[in-house]
Amino acid sequence: MEFIESFSGMNANAFLAMIPNMLVGCWQVIQIFLLTVLFAVPLGFLVALGRISRYKILSGVIRIYQLIVRGTPLMLQLMFCMYAPSFLFGLTPHRFAACIIAFVVNYAAYFGEIFRSGIQSIPQGQYEAGKVLGYTKTQVFFLIVLPQVVKRVIPPTGSEFMVLVKDTALAQIIAQPQLFDIAIKTAAKNVSITPYIAAGIFYLIMSAVVEFAFKKLESKLDYYR
Amino acid sequence: MNLIEANHIEKSFGSLQVLRDISMHVAEGEVVAIIGPSGSGKSTFLRCLTQLETADRGEITICGKQMMRTENGKAVFADPKTLQEIILCAGLVFQNFNLFPHRSVLQNVSDAPVRVLNIPRAQAEQTARDLLDKMNLANRADYYPCQLSGGQQQRVAIARALALNPRVLFFDEPTSALDPELTGEILHVIRQLADEHMTMVVVTHEMAFARDVADRVIFMDDGVIVEQGRPEEIFGGAHNERTRAFLSRFAQN
Repeated sequence: MEFIESFSGMNANAFLAMIPNMLVGCWQVIQIFLLTVLFAVPLGFLVALGRISRYKILSGVIRIYQLIVRGTPLMLQLMFCMYAPSFLFGLTPHRFAACIIAFVVNYAAYFGEIFRSGIQSIPQGQYEAGKVLGYTKTQVFFLIVLPQVVKRVIPPTGSEFMVLVKDTALAQIIAQPQLFDIAIKTAAKNVSITPYIAAGIFYLIMSAVVEFAFKKLESKLDYYR
Repeated sequence: MNLIEANHIEKSFGSLQVLRDISMHVAEGEVVAIIGPSGSGKSTFLRCLTQLETADRGEITICGKQMMRTENGKAVFADPKTLQEIILCAGLVFQNFNLFPHRSVLQNVSDAPVRVLNIPRAQAEQTARDLLDKMNLANRADYYPCQLSGGQQQRVAIARALALNPRVLFFDEPTSALDPELTGEILHVIRQLADEHMTMVVVTHEMAFARDVADRVIFMDDGVIVEQGRPEEIFGGAHNERTRAFLSRFAQN
């Protein structure tokens, strides 16, 4: 007990109570992370397809969407999703839902850009080889192009996933409970920076898990260039 | 019987006219070499025949099926079903192979027959192994393209084209990405196919090969067929000044 107090500078009971609280915070981070990934990755794929579409209006609209989302702070977008509905329509959105919508809309724009560059990096010769072998356009895309795109977009996507782990802290601005919120409250109550350090370690562990998973995935696709 | 009949083909990229009134016929079993300087339209012509480009005007009939014709100065193409039949009737081997890097050699060769022709996988794989054997690549079936030399990759590409059992095979500068030693491997394979009376149209810069293997040599320059004839006619003493100039430049190199 004395050992805990001397290294943490906190009351031992407060320190021990902080750990399960932070684990709850981590679980909340993981929920935001997983739901964002679940929706933003498929949406990002559609964004990429729309962006490279021959239909100028569609690709133009997508481009403007990406410009707005990538050109304004995520923190501001979170506030917009949380508070704009009450100003505009007089209804208060569900806090967690507003949070997820903001993250999904934001990350889909970035994923869209990653997937677009991935799709466009596949040489024209792959499409031509597919065509002269009689594959349909759909077959060429899903059997020949997409598997190669997946391999190419894994590193930048992994990097984006790691950013997302840390970006969940921005949900603080709309008072969405998560790890960072617990760190701030515990620190204020105990007048100590130890909770911040603890939270940092938890973020680091979660990011490391993501990093490890993506390295694993990368090496799985290492069998070809 | 003519497997390829192309008449009055014209093609422009913007204001640049690449093909000006090209007509060419290839009989079944014939090996035709197309030679000529870079930018003369050889590859573009081949790409028009294989539907990778669309000609602006002219008529193309391949394997007895009309692919395009011209009505009132505008190109009219056959229905998608006919176009697909024509694609399957003609194979194309690319300059830079264009193998599928994420697929093993065996999958590269056997996948199209399974997905496109609905041949049972076991049967397609057996055919693929036979073709790889013929290409001296029997022990490379489970390799990936990146593990092969350029010459081996190109032989896989030839096997892949042959797996669909085409009646005519096009080669677009098949050895231009290879060093002289590997070039020999490919030319050997093409020669072997010629001995089996495979109908082939080969765009090439290998003059010796064109002379030895082709039944007919076509010299193209600036979007037109300048001259054509038996190899001994073209290489022995071409009538046209441009042909002679081109061949003498090659002889100097």
